[in-house]
Amino acid sequence: MALGVTKKEKIDGLAESAGVSLAASAWKRLRRSPVFLIGAVIIGIFVVLSLLSPWLAPHNPSDPMLIGQVVKARNEIPPPQPGHPLGGDLQGRDFFSRLLVGSQQTLVVGVGATLIGLTGGLILGTLAGAIGGWVDSVVMRIVDVMLSLPSLLLAFSIAAMFAKPSQFTVILAVAIVQIPVFARLLRGSMLAQRHSDHVLAATALGVKRGSIVFRHMLPNSLSPVIVQSTLVLATAIIEAAALSFLGLGNPDDRIPEWGQMLGDVQNVFDTHPQLAAWPAVCIIIVALGFTLMGETLREALDPKNRR
Amino acid sequence: MLRYTIRRLVQLVGVVLVLSMLLFAWLRLLPGGPVSALLGERATPESREALTKQLGLDQPIFVQYFKFLGRAATGDFGVSTGVQPGDSALDIFLQRFPATIELSFFAILIAVAVGVPLGYLAAKRRGGWFDNLSVVGSLIGVAVPVFFLAYLLKDVASSALGLPSQGRQDAIDATRVTGFFTLDGVITGEWDATFNALQHLILPAIALATIPFAVIFRITRAAVLDVLDEDFVRTAESKGLTAPVIRRRHVLRNAMLPVVTTIGLQTGALLSGAVLTEKVFSFAGVGQALAIGFERRDYPVLLLLIIMATIVYVVVNLLVDLSYALIDPRIRTR
Repeated sequence: MALGVTKKEKIDGLAESAGVSLAASAWKRLRRSPVFLIGAVIIGIFVVLSLLSPWLAPHNPSDPMLIGQVVKARNEIPPPQPGHPLGGDLQGRDFFSRLLVGSQQTLVVGVGATLIGLTGGLILGTLAGAIGGWVDSVVMRIVDVMLSLPSLLLAFSIAAMFAKPSQFTVILAVAIVQIPVFARLLRGSMLAQRHSDHVLAATALGVKRGSIVFRHMLPNSLSPVIVQSTLVLATAIIEAAALSFLGLGNPDDRIPEWGQMLGDVQNVFDTHPQLAAWPAVCIIIVALGFTLMGETLREALDPKNRR
Repeated sequence: MLRYTIRRLVQLVGVVLVLSMLLFAWLRLLPGGPVSALLGERATPESREALTKQLGLDQPIFVQYFKFLGRAATGDFGVSTGVQPGDSALDIFLQRFPATIELSFFAILIAVAVGVPLGYLAAKRRGGWFDNLSVVGSLIGVAVPVFFLAYLLKDVASSALGLPSQGRQDAIDATRVTGFFTLDGVITGEWDATFNALQHLILPAIALATIPFAVIFRITRAAVLDVLDEDFVRTAESKGLTAPVIRRRHVLRNAMLPVVTTIGLQTGALLSGAVLTEKVFSFAGVGQALAIGFERRDYPVLLLLIIMATIVYVVVNLLVDLSYALIDPRIRTR
C-alpha cells in the first residue's frame, strides 16, 4: 500500500469521483462526526429508557407511598433513602420512578408534536409549492400571520382555547406553532425545483402532474424538512415545559412528563430545588441530543460542505 | 427607498386590521370569559347577566367589533377587566411596554456584545478546541428551558452577586417621564434611579439573552467562515493591510448582513422569552400582562398588547431591511 492509501480508501475515492448521492456522502460524513455520534447515543439511550421505563422503574410513579413523610406545614418532603435514591416528591411519590417513567411521555410529546406539525406543514407547503398561483398567496399569507406572532404566545393562545387542558392539547398547541415553519421550508425548496431540469424532463416525458409532485419534487425537497424535524423534537419538549410553567400544561400528573414535572414545582423552587433540577437536567440532555443530531445533519446535508 | 418604506407601512395597516378582526373573534371563542373570571363560578345568573351587559358582551360580535374600531379611532381601546381592573388598556400598554422594550434591548445588547466577538473568534479558530467548546456551549444554551435558567439566576446569582431579583425598581422616589426607568433617571438627573433600574435589569436580561445569543453566535460564526474564504480577504492580506483593518472593514462588515437579519427575526422569540422571564422576576412588563390577561380573559388588554407586539415585530424587521443599505453600499444604489 504505497503512500499509505488503503485499497478501501482508493475505492471510496473512485466512488466519490464517479458521483455519490448527497444522502450517501452525507451519511459517510455523519458516521465520522463525533458530535453526531454523541447526539445519537444520547437519543438512543433516551428512546430505549422510555420504552423500557415501566419495567425498569422500581415503584409505581403515581403511588403516594411516602406520603407519611410529607409535612405540608413545615414544607418537608421525603429525603433520599434506601429503595428511593432521589427521595419523594410533594405528594410522597417515588421521585426516581417518576423521572424514569417521565421519559415516556416526554418522548410522546416531542414525537407527537413534531409529527403533527410536520404533517400540517407538508400539506400546506406542498399546496403552496406545487400549485402556486392564488393558492400559494393564500397559504403564504396565513403562514406569514402565524409567523409574525411570537411562537410561545401562539402556543399559549391555542392551549388556552381548550376548556380542559390535557396532554393532547399541549401537543396540539406546540405542533400548530411548527406548521408555518415547515410549510415555509418545504415551499421554498419546492419552488426552487419547479424550473429544474429533472422536473422539466419529467414534464416533457408526459408524466402526470401528481406524480411529478409526489415522486420527483417532494422527495427532493425533504432534506431541510428532516433537519428541521430533528431540531423541533428538542423545541417541542422545551415549549411543552414552558406551557406547563404558564399553567396550561396537563393537570393530570399521574403519568409524569418532564416538562410538567418542571413546570409544576415552580412555587417550591427555592426550598426544594432538586425537584426542578432533575427534570430540567433530563430535558437539557435530551434537547441537546436532538439539537446535536439536527445541527450535524444540517451541516452534512449542506452541499457546500461536500468534499 | 421612501416608496418602499411607505408600501411596507401600508401593508402593515392591512395586516393589523385583519389581525385585529381575527383576534377579536378568536378571543371571544376562548372558554370562560371575563365575566366568569371576575365573578367566579358561583355567581348568580342575575349578576352575570348584569356584568355581561355592562361590558357590552351581550351584543352580536360584529357590533362589538365595529364599536371597538370606532372607539379605537379616538384612542380608546377599552378598560381592563383582569390585568389592572379599571385602568384603560392604553394606560396599561404605556406603562408596561417601555419595561419590555428595556428588557429586550438589554438582552439583545448582551447577546450581540458576547455573541458577535465569540462567533468571530470561533470562526477564526475553526475546528480548534475554542471553536468546538463554544459551539457546544451555544447548543446547550438553546437546550435549557428559559424559565429554569431564570429561576437559577434568581435564586443563586442574585444572592451571590447581591443583585435585586424582583420588579423593575425599588420603591424609591423617582420621577416618571417616559416610562423607560433607565432613561427617566438620565433625563431628570436622578442617577441613582437609573442605577437602581439597571441593577434590576441585569439578571432578567441575562436570562432572556440566552435565546438570541445562541442564534447570533452561530450566525456570526457561519457568516465569518463564509467571508474568510472570499478572494477579497486574501487580496487584502496580500496587499499588506493590518489585521484590525481587514477584520473591521472586510470581514465583519460583510458578515454583518445575516447577523442583522437574525437580530430582527429574534424580536418574536424575545417576546416569547419575556413572557417567561417577566413571570419569574415579577417584572411588570408586557409578557407578565399577557400571562395574567389570558388567565383572566382580559379582552381589551390582550387585543391591544398582541396587536402592538405584532406592529413592533413588523417595524423592527422593516428597520432591519432599511439598515441593509447602511451596511452594504451595493444595496443603496438600487
